[in-house]
Amino acid sequence: MNQVSKRAKWFLTAVALVITLLHLIPYYILLTTAFKRAGDFSSKWMFPKYFSLENFTAAWEQANLSNAFMNTFVITFFAAAMLILFGSLAAYALARRQTRLNKYVYMLFVAVMVIPPLTALVPLYQLVVDVGLMNTRLVAVLNNVAAFLPLTIFLYAGFIRSTVPKELEEAAKMDGASTIGIFFRIVFPLLKPITATVLILSCVYIWNDYQFAIFFLQDSDMHTLTVALASFFGQNTSQLGLVGAAALIASLPMIFLFLFLQRFFIEGLAAGSVKG
Amino acid sequence: MDQPLSSTEQAKKAKKRRKESSLWWMYLPSVLLVMLFIVYPFLDGIRISLTNWNGFSQIYDYVGLEQYKRMFADPDTWLVVKNTLLYGIGSTVLQNIIGLGYALLLNYNLKVRTLTRTIIYLPVIISPLVMGYIWYFFFAYQGGALNDIYNWLGLDPINALGNPEVNPYIIVFVNTFQFVGVAMIIYLAGLQSISKEYYEAANIDGASSWSKFKNITLPLLAPAITINVVINIIGGLKLFDVIVSLTNGGPGNASQSMSTFMYSLYFARQDAGYAATQGVLMALIILVLSLAALLYLKRKEVEA
Repeated sequence: MNQVSKRAKWFLTAVALVITLLHLIPYYILLTTAFKRAGDFSSKWMFPKYFSLENFTAAWEQANLSNAFMNTFVITFFAAAMLILFGSLAAYALARRQTRLNKYVYMLFVAVMVIPPLTALVPLYQLVVDVGLMNTRLVAVLNNVAAFLPLTIFLYAGFIRSTVPKELEEAAKMDGASTIGIFFRIVFPLLKPITATVLILSCVYIWNDYQFAIFFLQDSDMHTLTVALASFFGQNTSQLGLVGAAALIASLPMIFLFLFLQRFFIEGLAAGSVKG
Repeated sequence: MDQPLSSTEQAKKAKKRRKESSLWWMYLPSVLLVMLFIVYPFLDGIRISLTNWNGFSQIYDYVGLEQYKRMFADPDTWLVVKNTLLYGIGSTVLQNIIGLGYALLLNYNLKVRTLTRTIIYLPVIISPLVMGYIWYFFFAYQGGALNDIYNWLGLDPINALGNPEVNPYIIVFVNTFQFVGVAMIIYLAGLQSISKEYYEAANIDGASSWSKFKNITLPLLAPAITINVVINIIGGLKLFDVIVSLTNGGPGNASQSMSTFMYSLYFARQDAGYAATQGVLMALIILVLSLAALLYLKRKEVEA
């Protein structure tokens, strides 16, 4: 399918470049907006003639982004760590031991993937209030872990079934190793590729989470980047430069990660897009 | 199946299975978390939908199906369901057609392939909330990039985000822009798994490009189409963040999705029982549509 004449190739390259340019427009507008001082009402299509980081420093201070960064980082880190630990353990038992109980438990995880988390908003909110976890980073961690666990288990179980050879485990068992020892010393290291996928998928998902954070982290000390950004926008609807700067700052960590680990991102998100 | 040998073997296997431990402690934490944070709230939501609870008071009554009657009589429900279907189905159609087009283009060995793929894919890793703000800068009435163009052309500026006739389509557009990269990547992977021999055989038969596309490419892409359609439908029907940042559901309820509508019922109007009822309807719509799409496309896959 790749055999085309030189001329056709030039044409297709031109088409691809035009598409690329069209897709760059919003980022271009974001940059021109973020670098323009307050009161500069020149066209959004033009960069300012001066260079100023005023918006960035102002947004960093006013939106309390350092605090939001810390919260987002802590929540993402602990949730991802828990997902990998709990998810891989659960998947191992479910993939290796085909007991009747395990079949039902696996079905439960698959069925739960269909429930949209937000439809249970009202009781979930009440539950969080009742157990006294409102406005804690812990609730954001647990919520994100619960929401992402079914997909994590699904991905790990598929990988264990298809690619991890049973023989190694059986040999270790002969030598008298415990189940947990076998899992951590032999199986878990073999799960590296799928762990990378889970890590990337869950980090993007949790870092960008707004739905859960807006409900459970309303106290401004607990704001994550998305919540801080939304409330900052509410206060500065006429100062788009500030909002643009804050939006850019909030997105940079994931953009850098993406550009450096692009291959893993694209393969991982394609594999995990089963969840949507 | 009814051979004696295989049945004794099966019995042996079953016995072995019974002796095997389930290792249930390995998945206990996962089961508890999912039960507590997903299954229990989901079931409790059905209970709350039968009450007139306001979301904070200790006292409330069970009112039977009153909230459901109210929901079906409420014109806002139908507006919001209509929007939600537009977001779900509109984004799905656009993401799949454009995503497939991009994948077909990038399946050629072009020098700019990696660059184009990276740029198209980039928004997937950005928060939908942020993506909404970025496009807000484009569409905003005052100082938006679109109105700068209108200005140069000597036209009056338009308030696209404030116009209820237009803004639901803008939301579909922004959601499509953001996630078309996922569809593209899945189609690209599908295209690369199709053996070249099919096309070579078709070339010998003198088949046209269109007939090759229709008779080889599309049928062999069927699994990729199924995955894309199902995940896009679910994603589009759940749409929340991008609506908050672009229009906040307004003006009035004009661009609310079921998610944002539920949020405003609960937090702005203290109408928890009713919000839970809307939640049940939303779960049903997502379930029915995604399962219908899945079953329909799976059947097509077999036919193809």
